[in-house]
Amino acid sequence: MTFFSWPLAIGYLILAPFIGGFFDGLDRKISARMQGRTGPSVFQSFYDVSKLLQKESKMVNHLQQFLVCGFLVFVVFTGVLFFAGADLLMIFFALTLAGIFYVLQASSANAPFSALAVQRELMQMMAYEPMVLLTAVGFYVVTGSFAVREISLADRSAICLMPGFFLGFIFIMIIKLRKSPFDVSTGHHAHQEVVQGLNSDLSGPVMALVEVSHWYENVFLYGVIGLFILNNQLWSVPVALVVCFLVFFLEILIDNVCARVKWQLMFRSTWIFTIIAGVINLLVLILFHLGVK
Amino acid sequence: MAKVSKSPWVLHYDGASCNGCDIEVLACLTPMYDAERFGVINTGDPKHADIFLVTGGINEQCKDVVKQLYEQMPNPKVVVAVGICACTGGVFKETYNILGGVDTVIPVDVYVPGCAARPESIIDGIVKGIAVLDQKREAMKQGKLPELNVEDISEDGKEQASANEAQNAEAETTANAGEESK
Repeated sequence: MTFFSWPLAIGYLILAPFIGGFFDGLDRKISARMQGRTGPSVFQSFYDVSKLLQKESKMVNHLQQFLVCGFLVFVVFTGVLFFAGADLLMIFFALTLAGIFYVLQASSANAPFSALAVQRELMQMMAYEPMVLLTAVGFYVVTGSFAVREISLADRSAICLMPGFFLGFIFIMIIKLRKSPFDVSTGHHAHQEVVQGLNSDLSGPVMALVEVSHWYENVFLYGVIGLFILNNQLWSVPVALVVCFLVFFLEILIDNVCARVKWQLMFRSTWIFTIIAGVINLLVLILFHLGVK
Repeated sequence: MAKVSKSPWVLHYDGASCNGCDIEVLACLTPMYDAERFGVINTGDPKHADIFLVTGGINEQCKDVVKQLYEQMPNPKVVVAVGICACTGGVFKETYNILGGVDTVIPVDVYVPGCAARPESIIDGIVKGIAVLDQKREAMKQGKLPELNVEDISEDGKEQASANEAQNAEAETTANAGEESK
């Protein structure tokens, strides 16, 4: 049986901010413990957003507000499509569109730090996009369908035939979760090289919208991790949840171990890793006719 | 008890400081003191900041920078002067190239004395700043937030500064209490 249907999509729409916000707080708590600190409350992200909503809004221009709303709408759209069981290619393109809205809001600010952040963010998107698209192709080769609903109904978990894609996706998750590299991402650390990256010229309620969008995005990304595990057996659901937790912990660990990765290293290593993990896995699948077709 | 803000984001600016206080400010974020347990984030962006932490005296070169940073911060906002130089000008008070403390340029809410200010008193100052932040947030909700005119202060700095000092005597004593308790 599959859980990917409209009720789940509506559940995502309502619950994702709470789940995403809680795990964002848990992330900071675990990070703090890894560094030997007490760390903030696990509900810190909610305190931050409620504070931001009460602040005065200092807008650079009105277009920026529109573009941030576009970012939120398309991130939510991506997640809803995914949990409704729609086409994986369309989902990934919707995610990219959301990313473009996010970049455009910073480029509309016409400020030096935002301009620098835009350049680096585009570089970053260039680094991770090949792996995202390869993942969609991998799912198609293995299950014969791009539809999330049908992928989750396969006889065996996709990860059995696509471990390389799984590792590759974990690798780009580091970038997508805005953990590393430190001189591009906008995490909650003393990242100060490009001030706050794409968020440099946002303030108050608009900044809060960006935070909520990231929560939606993160829940969706862990959904993709779960999709690697799900099959038509019911036991695959708890296993998928456990794997999501393990990946969550692993991402925090990588973030803390590689705290000072710069964008040059990110760019090179991501493409090399995409080729080693993703492309070789795809070649093996095609050459040995391991997939459905 | 006043509702205490749980998410004070701090902007740290070094005026004409000797870096002694700056090292202590950074020490607040280390595992030893861990100011993040109060939700403090050391942000580099004035547009995200709630608390403006200034160290060192103010001179002609950094005067405009401090004013600009203050104006870029969205309301409600609080200024904390860290170290005796930021409070009054300290040993440089009478020198020709120092204008004096931070309050000669922007209104200061909390004074944290010390040379260098100890991390404990800096955290005390931030916590006191959080309380002021909440008062200002309530005032803002009721539309009562006084329009703080930066230009007025810079024109006759000393008089305004002394007025500010009187207003914030309570704040100062609290920050002092942290110091004396040791």
